[in-house]
Amino acid sequence: MALNRDFIGKTYPPSAPYEVSRVKIREFAAAIGDGNPLYRDKDAAQAAGYPDVIAPPTFPIVFSLQSGGEALMDPELGLNFAMVVHGEQRFEYVRPVHAGDELVMTSTITDIRTAGRNELLTVRSDVSTVQGEPVCVTYNTIVERGGAG
Amino acid sequence: MAATVKYDQVEVGQEIPAVDYVVRRVNLVMYAGASGDFNQIHWNERFAKMVGLPDVIAHGMYTMAQAGRFVTDWAGDPGAVVDFGVRFSSMVVVPDDDQGATISVSGVVEEKLEGGRVVIGLTASSGDAQVLSKARAVVQLV
Repeated sequence: MALNRDFIGKTYPPSAPYEVSRVKIREFAAAIGDGNPLYRDKDAAQAAGYPDVIAPPTFPIVFSLQSGGEALMDPELGLNFAMVVHGEQRFEYVRPVHAGDELVMTSTITDIRTAGRNELLTVRSDVSTVQGEPVCVTYNTIVERGGAG
Repeated sequence: MAATVKYDQVEVGQEIPAVDYVVRRVNLVMYAGASGDFNQIHWNERFAKMVGLPDVIAHGMYTMAQAGRFVTDWAGDPGAVVDFGVRFSSMVVVPDDDQGATISVSGVVEEKLEGGRVVIGLTASSGDAQVLSKARAVVQLV
């Protein structure tokens, strides 16, 4: 089923804050097999000039999956989750995420388009601290296989 | 901290040697838990085949994470990465055996930008398939 184009430009307000913990960063680093001490050792991170352990570049997917998902759950959009695969992903960083960050994000559906038989949808999420400091911007493009019929 | 690679010592066209990253089923289970992406195509062979896939496939973000690790290990500081984007062009099929699959990542310096930044073009393959395309990272060097 074609996705509802009325959703282009729709913005979803800031989510509940996501608290970044050392434990979660360590778990994520272990899962991707990355032994970088800046992800595990607070002293090493502070010696490198960071306030606490930092997170790997793809870590923001952890909270963007949690809150960006809301935009996609709206039944009026017409998205069939069983046919969804990840198409593209991009991160623009102001600075690395670090333990102790309390992050909120505002998500906008920036584009819905047809490519062959697939429907493509792009969500931009602006991530900042609860104090209003910008941290990163994520762009997530998902593909609904066969969605364009 | 800052990158350990010096801008002046980097040339356009310079290659960053390939690194192989092995991915086994256990890595996908760990990644599902750590990322919160519990889509069954990443751990349930029966389900994966039911929806037309050859076998369990790796999360796209797992592959992107390996490309990210390649860049941060080269740069010397994860915080030096200022932009990182990929397109997922093919899947990484992960068989249920001790070998798993191998993701091979390599890079090339594509462009030197103002302000000490460089664009790294990334290639990632598994078997015969290019699993990422349009994969590039912008890194702040010193």
